[in-house]
Amino acid sequence: MSGLQARLRLAREDFALDVDFSAAARGVTALFGASGSGKTTVLRCISGLSRAPSGFVSFDGECWQDDTRFVPPHRRACGYVFQESSLFPHLSVRRNLEYGWRRVPPGQRRLAFDNTVELLGVGPLLERSAPSLSGGERQRVAMARALLASPRLLLMDEPLASLDEARKGEILYYIERLRDELALPIIYVSHSIEEVVRLADRVVRLAQGKVLEAGPVSGLLDGGSVIDTRVAHHDLKWSLTRLEFPGGAFYAPDVDALVGERVRVRIRARDVSLALSAPRDASFLNVLAGVVTALSEQRGASVDVRLDVAGTPLLARVTRKSVAALGLAPGRRAYALIKSVAIDRPSVGYA
Amino acid sequence: MSNELAAVWLTARLAAMTTMLLLVVGTPIAWWLARTRSRLKGAIGAVVALPLVLPPTVLGFYLLVLMGPAGPVGALTQSLGLGLLPFTFSGLVVASVIYSLPFVVQPLQAAFEGIGERPVEVAATLHADPWDRFFTIVVPLARPGFVAATVLGFAHTVGEFGVVLMIGGNIPGATKVLSVALYDHVEALEYMQAHWLAGGMLIFSFVVLLAVYGRTWKPR
Repeated sequence: MSGLQARLRLAREDFALDVDFSAAARGVTALFGASGSGKTTVLRCISGLSRAPSGFVSFDGECWQDDTRFVPPHRRACGYVFQESSLFPHLSVRRNLEYGWRRVPPGQRRLAFDNTVELLGVGPLLERSAPSLSGGERQRVAMARALLASPRLLLMDEPLASLDEARKGEILYYIERLRDELALPIIYVSHSIEEVVRLADRVVRLAQGKVLEAGPVSGLLDGGSVIDTRVAHHDLKWSLTRLEFPGGAFYAPDVDALVGERVRVRIRARDVSLALSAPRDASFLNVLAGVVTALSEQRGASVDVRLDVAGTPLLARVTRKSVAALGLAPGRRAYALIKSVAIDRPSVGYA
Repeated sequence: MSNELAAVWLTARLAAMTTMLLLVVGTPIAWWLARTRSRLKGAIGAVVALPLVLPPTVLGFYLLVLMGPAGPVGALTQSLGLGLLPFTFSGLVVASVIYSLPFVVQPLQAAFEGIGERPVEVAATLHADPWDRFFTIVVPLARPGFVAATVLGFAHTVGEFGVVLMIGGNIPGATKVLSVALYDHVEALEYMQAHWLAGGMLIFSFVVLLAVYGRTWKPR
């Protein structure tokens, strides 16, 4: 079996974990869930830093844990990027980078030192001391250090969690670079749907120590819909980009991608309105025709309505009152109205 | 004066030997205390700290009994052909190691706890085995703890009196250390010699403590 297989069971006083999932041998698999859902524990068990009393972990056919065997973390070919700064404070940036690098025999190194330094833009930092770096610089060095230990699998535990918004964008860019330029599978732990949409191909959703669902990120419905699209053209006059998908097309503000490129978009459910006929004199640029397939539980003020737009699922969050007024029910035809400006930069991922 | 010099030299040898042994013995104990979740942690920690509160004579008395001809340790050393430890330099070293143990274990334990798990875990994910992690990450990060442990272990051994008197007696060149020599002088009303030793000890102790506590103050 290629890729990662993990079956982990563990019970603590206040928390029980029981998961069984696999991750592809390439691309980014997101472990997604609220804090306390067990994401980090899963990652730690994969790396060997924690040990689930009962479990099975294998990667590319190599068994890391079963009933009789437990490979210690320093013998597993996986890199780990921690949530907060984890640089060794007593070593310079260069010595930090060399720490894992020197412990891999030259013949088994998978990346060249200089290329990795360049990939993450840490060249100018080499002679600095670790504590003198900014948060974003530290995470870049930590990623480079993990890569230089020649992992065959990279584990990232919310690497953006301790950074401010501006730094997050910077680090996301570098994570995209290593995703695109290295043939290295990544398991990415996050509670941010934006990060998942932007980085991941597949997602494993966790809640209370259990796998809720696992599958491709496109089609993921969680407070919104993720749709894989293609750039059709850029409307320079109005600064809009036309994005096409099998069920139709919509406009988003200036998407930073070339015509023909694939772009993944997340449309939040609360940015989607519903109508029974296509409005002619409204400001909505995007009107998609679909059929109601399901409604969430009818309690409180809002209801999530699931629509099928020529095969693509779309989620709309409307009031319970509107559901009653429009008579929305499974099978009913409806038009989804989406404001273009609601599709902002964090909602767009470049596949 | 040669008696005094012999006492100083003996004390220095004893303290150096004791400190070396203490670092070897105390480091694993401190590491265990810093990392364990065992229920025994409290009990072991208390045993290690006992010399802080016990009168040295109590400790000396029990050691004398244990290491004497009728004691289990005494029986062991005799059966190994080592003879009896009380009233020998080796006996003093053993007693000093026990007596000064908390002064080495506690700073080390605090230093290890201060490092936390994270740097050690990071090193594990970078292919460092446990010994490698200890010597390349823990030891350098715990350096202030090792300095404090060495200085305090050494100084506290130099300053001991009660245990030495109980277990070592007063044999010039073998067990007559500084503090005992000072006691002898005072008993004999030789205040001049007593001043030399006492003053020397006072200055030595002050300089040592200044070195330890002064490290926290850095000029700007």
